[in-house]
Amino acid sequence: METMVELDNLSKHFGPFVAVDGISLTVGKGEVLGFLGPNGAGKSTTMRMVAGFLSPTSGTAKVCGHDVANEPVKVKSLLGYMAEGSPSYEDMTVRSFLTFIAEVRGLSGHAAKVRIEEVVTKIKLEDVIDRSIDVLSKGYKRRVGLAQAILHDPPVLILDEPTDGLDPNQKHHVRSLIEDMAAEKAIIVSTHILEEVEAVCTRAVIIGNGRLLADGTSEDLLRTLPEHNAVHIVVTPDVAASAVAKLQTAAGVSGVSQITRADGSTEIQCAPEGDAEILDTVGSVLRDNTIAYSQLYKNRGDLDAVFRSITAGGANHA
Amino acid sequence: MRNLWIIAKRELKGYFTTPMAFIFVAIFVAMTGAFTFYIGRFFDRGQASLEPFFSFHPWLYLLLVPAVAMRLWSEERKSGTIEQLLTLPITTADAVLGKFLAAWLFCGIALAATFPIWITVSYLGDPDHGVIGLSYIGSFLMAGAFLSIGTCMSALTRNQIIAFIGAAAVCFIFTMSGLDLVLNFFRAWAPSFLVDVIAASSFLVRFESVTRGVMELRDVVFFLSMMAFWLFATTVAVDAKKAA
Repeated sequence: METMVELDNLSKHFGPFVAVDGISLTVGKGEVLGFLGPNGAGKSTTMRMVAGFLSPTSGTAKVCGHDVANEPVKVKSLLGYMAEGSPSYEDMTVRSFLTFIAEVRGLSGHAAKVRIEEVVTKIKLEDVIDRSIDVLSKGYKRRVGLAQAILHDPPVLILDEPTDGLDPNQKHHVRSLIEDMAAEKAIIVSTHILEEVEAVCTRAVIIGNGRLLADGTSEDLLRTLPEHNAVHIVVTPDVAASAVAKLQTAAGVSGVSQITRADGSTEIQCAPEGDAEILDTVGSVLRDNTIAYSQLYKNRGDLDAVFRSITAGGANHA
Repeated sequence: MRNLWIIAKRELKGYFTTPMAFIFVAIFVAMTGAFTFYIGRFFDRGQASLEPFFSFHPWLYLLLVPAVAMRLWSEERKSGTIEQLLTLPITTADAVLGKFLAAWLFCGIALAATFPIWITVSYLGDPDHGVIGLSYIGSFLMAGAFLSIGTCMSALTRNQIIAFIGAAAVCFIFTMSGLDLVLNFFRAWAPSFLVDVIAASSFLVRFESVTRGVMELRDVVFFLSMMAFWLFATTVAVDAKKAA
């Protein structure tokens, strides 16, 4: 895989405050990297350094082999960048704004017109093309931001919270746009919507307090959870004790715990040993002992839990 | 160079999408007229000369140029568009010069809109057109110097009011610096060479000699180097404060 973005020990200090603390990572062509982290974790600062808006205090950021500190204009020409909140010149119409961006990006005349037409169709901006940006809805404004970022068909795209504040339909649209472009580009997307990571990202990193806390596919991240692949059973309280006793001795089960649910039934959680698949085992134990149950399911765990367990304690969990 | 012009073009168009440009030009023309005829006593002088007209330019610029300059960078920072602008493949200098150029051209448009007074004085008498032409050029250069100060102040704050007042204050010092009012303040503590430098950088003194028909190369160099200095300072300020 061709490396497109390479961060090496990238740091940013604002006076005594350390916003980004030695982040190293690479993003290859065809990858969509999700940047996760609580607010203020350093996601935007990191993106701004790669985009050439902020200069790093130490470390390097390279895009297609060009160091942003030495060749800022070159790097900026290879990047499509959408800043948080996608600020654009509100007194301009969508068309004149995109024409301006096209000109700065080196497209002019007929070529610019054709390309703007293409992008506007792709991003569904036709209806508002001659409207002034300040009267557009948040969803349209975000799409204008996206349109300017992909106008020059850059090999690397950096999108800071592209779906923030959008309704579910608009989110879905933005995600499918990202998926469509993914194969040809390296894309970095920051978000704190975790379902988005599973939906569009091939890989995710979790950032907290300016540090890189985790890096992997969403499956890798889920695997760090103790409840990952645990099997849950819901039974009536009278059979709970015998069920727990039987399940504790079942092969591949490392631990069993139970809680009483709000409706009075009992939920039993069986944690697997390592990567063991225990759904079938648990099922047959229940059937063999004719224990009645109302639910039986495997818990994948969710990224929310990963996120909380990694970021809530800060450095302790790193 | 190409980028510079693209930035300037966008900026200049921006002036005319709101009524601000027309209001500014109208007020500039009205005020130059009012000053010339009422305070300058244009008719009573009985001379075919635009000296009373030009002599009020430094004072008008003191008020109006900071108003043009105040939004140049403050607004970009306040609305966050500075992040959009500076992540485009341009240098900070392109952006600073482009925006300055647009504002300067805009001042030029306002200045050009005063041309009826030239026609008036030509109709009434036989003025020295060379002096008037030179004075227009001098006035335009002076506007650029005022503007470069305003641009720098605008880059230092995201608050337009502070940018306006800061620019007006610094412009005032440079306008008046040949006069005792300002020089006495510096004489109290500054070394004498510095006082001489301040005295020599008075916009008012330089511009007055231009309106009398004497424009030396060093006056042109003075205004141009003023602009160069303040625009360089602007570039440094934009780079240092863009994220704040």
